[in-house]
Amino acid sequence: MSPLNNETVQKAFGVIRDEAKRRRDAFREEPVPKIQIGMATCGIASGALETKNAFEEVLAERKIKAHIRTVGCIGHCYAEPVVIMDHPESGFPPIFYHNVTPGKAKMLAKSFLEDGDPLFEHVLGAMEENDLVPQVLDFPRFNQEKRVVLEKCGCVDPEDIYEYIADGGYETLAKTLQLAPNEIIEEVQESGLRGRGGAGFPTGRKWDLARNADGQHKTVICNADEGDPGAYMDRTLLESNPHQVLEGMAICAYAVGAQKAIVYVRAEYPLAVKIVTKAIGQARELGLLGEGVLGSSFDLEIDVFQGSGAFVCGEETALIQSIEGNRGMPRHRPPYPVQQGLGGQPTVINNVKTLASIPPIIEHGATWFRAIGTEESPGTAIFSVVGNVVHAGLVEIPMGVTLRTLIFDICGGVPNKKKFKAVQIGGPSGGCLPEEFLDTPIDFDSLIQAGAMMGSGGMVVMDEDTCMVDVSRYFLDFTQKESCGKCTFCRIGTHHLLNTLERITKGEGRDGDLDQLETLSEDIKNGSLCGLGKTAPNPVLTSLRYFRDEYEAHVKERRCPARMCRTLTAFYIDLDKCARGCDACVGSCPVEAIFTTKNRKKGVDQSLCVKCGECMVACPAEYDAVMKVSPPDLAPVVD
Amino acid sequence: MVTLIVNKQELQVDEGKTLLQVCLDNGIYIPNLCHIHGTDNPSASCRLCFVEIEGEDKPIPSCTVKVKDGIIAKTDTPSVRRLQRTAFKLLMSVHRVDCGHCPANKKCELQRIAKFLKVGLKPKYLELRLKETEVDESHPFLDYYPNRCVLCGKCIAVCKDKHGRAFLTFAKRGLDTVVSSYGETDANLPCSKCFACIRICPVGAITSKDSPRQT
Repeated sequence: MSPLNNETVQKAFGVIRDEAKRRRDAFREEPVPKIQIGMATCGIASGALETKNAFEEVLAERKIKAHIRTVGCIGHCYAEPVVIMDHPESGFPPIFYHNVTPGKAKMLAKSFLEDGDPLFEHVLGAMEENDLVPQVLDFPRFNQEKRVVLEKCGCVDPEDIYEYIADGGYETLAKTLQLAPNEIIEEVQESGLRGRGGAGFPTGRKWDLARNADGQHKTVICNADEGDPGAYMDRTLLESNPHQVLEGMAICAYAVGAQKAIVYVRAEYPLAVKIVTKAIGQARELGLLGEGVLGSSFDLEIDVFQGSGAFVCGEETALIQSIEGNRGMPRHRPPYPVQQGLGGQPTVINNVKTLASIPPIIEHGATWFRAIGTEESPGTAIFSVVGNVVHAGLVEIPMGVTLRTLIFDICGGVPNKKKFKAVQIGGPSGGCLPEEFLDTPIDFDSLIQAGAMMGSGGMVVMDEDTCMVDVSRYFLDFTQKESCGKCTFCRIGTHHLLNTLERITKGEGRDGDLDQLETLSEDIKNGSLCGLGKTAPNPVLTSLRYFRDEYEAHVKERRCPARMCRTLTAFYIDLDKCARGCDACVGSCPVEAIFTTKNRKKGVDQSLCVKCGECMVACPAEYDAVMKVSPPDLAPVVD
Repeated sequence: MVTLIVNKQELQVDEGKTLLQVCLDNGIYIPNLCHIHGTDNPSASCRLCFVEIEGEDKPIPSCTVKVKDGIIAKTDTPSVRRLQRTAFKLLMSVHRVDCGHCPANKKCELQRIAKFLKVGLKPKYLELRLKETEVDESHPFLDYYPNRCVLCGKCIAVCKDKHGRAFLTFAKRGLDTVVSSYGETDANLPCSKCFACIRICPVGAITSKDSPRQT
């Protein structure tokens, strides 16, 4: 692996790059309109397939000439299915349309492509500067992002390697092969990149340890066993731009001296598996992988391994067990996988986002990367912001941006005029932060200090209608089910935590429960074997710290302040507001719990009511007579 | 030889051993369930053998620490005891306490640990949660008692050690985890003569079908 074959590499890559650029230019110059549809899992789930079919139908029906191009996800989930229409002849710039249903698709094809009318009422914005349509870049959801890792997502066709190459892809790999491995490691160390899987371990140091570890058969593993509820950055990345991840893996393998790499991806991500497998095939065909990468003496094989969906297999030692064909159970560290990993050999395990950060770092240099983000956490953070937020989706921001900016400025805040209550960061391992922490900068250390953690980047925004006890119960239910069962604290401890939380949400809380929750949580944190158990109590601990009054209301007053815990709430009909003769609620009740009173108003039979809330939805807004209360005995008795 | 200090007592021991092993060899008892004498790969799953080591901010399982010169360890600090007691109570909260009918009675590691930690066998505050199956009789030679088992995994390790492959394995996950024999019914299994798993089990969770059933 000497860097002496500079010329060969440059020549070999030049041929590929020229071909990619020729293809791109040919496509661009073709004088037909181009329709670009986001077709990652999120797009498909929102109906992008139907939208695409509708476009195909209408184009065939009306004999309109246009290219339909499928790309990955651009990260704007609230706007899916997303379509960008480029119709140069019309005089308009490429236009971004949101929530394009099949009906809208047909309408757009007809009026924009045939008549040149872009239908302003459906436009989100233009993709470039112009005098006719406001640019998307004028919106905070677009212009406050800093895209390093997601830069090409939603712009390139993930199933066509040439698109990635034409956009500058694999250039960095070619550059890497002309450098010495330790130069690469130095650059990564210099950049200060920290692992994006959650713990934030310095990537360069990990690589350095692996490079210096003894072993002939080192392996690089890309950890795409993303399992946090509400997190889907890794999936999107693999589905939208797999080559950036593969390029990062190749650079890593070259730097640490590995000839084998594995993408460990969950089987529940079938599209990601398909796209990555295809991408590996394409890269190999072009000589970017396989024996003698780009004519150099560096060999690399990348395989895809499908995990069977155990959350704990995202923990690196369990992941290795799983690849080796064993039961996915973590083991004690040290030895760390960089010393003894897969097959007892040094193994680098990096998160998808970490590896995807590598090509930009090598391309632009460590200084450029360090200029983004904060001193201790350089670079960008990718969050999947979901829950009670207006513009949900994937957001990539420089580290150090505050939670308030992210949630309120970029993502549009809480919808329906509700109040913000808390934000849950880091999934089941993270914590819930209340309003006081909205000015916390987002970086590894500040979040840990606040009691949450970066985690893999799931962020759930919660409004005032959320019960924090119930949220803790939800996360504990998750970790308890996902515990592998190996160590005592996680196996049995999480069960008792969940059990207590379930009792509290049912109004069966007892004196001493809260202290018990706290001490048991601390012990589980200190006593567990692996990261899953060590962080499992975090949702309980943080919500107890910041929302203790809510717990106390449940235990002492049998009251759920957010009126979410079913057994602690009741519905009743306010007779002063109820309209005589209106039967809207009666028809909506699935259990016939609503009866008519003597004066032809309505009442709820509490013994029959299942508290589904349908009557509240059904009651016309001008009456607004259905009331929800907690504790349930606040509901007046109606005959 | 390395020199280390445990509970203010200076020990001179061979290199390569674990701290737990060294302590046990020198008459310093540390509660443990999953430790196997002489193994290189500690399972570290029972979470009982915690010690405090100078320079570490939290108690760590002594089975995962290789002895080296200068280690100063304490086996009986309050934070160590707190973790040990919690772990023990957790184990007992899923354990059928019926010592009178258990073959391990009086030689049971759980009884020994309870006495050592001064904790009752029936934990207060934690609700008892037992598995539905009281006895798994599917194996041709062995019976397995899920509600006695502490899932230390020593039976699986010893089986693999004796026969090259384990005829037992963990099955299911989380709180439902059990030791299972893959639904094996083959009468030619080496189990009829071996019984290593029964001997190594610290709590009498595996019994031989031939031995008189204690019910």
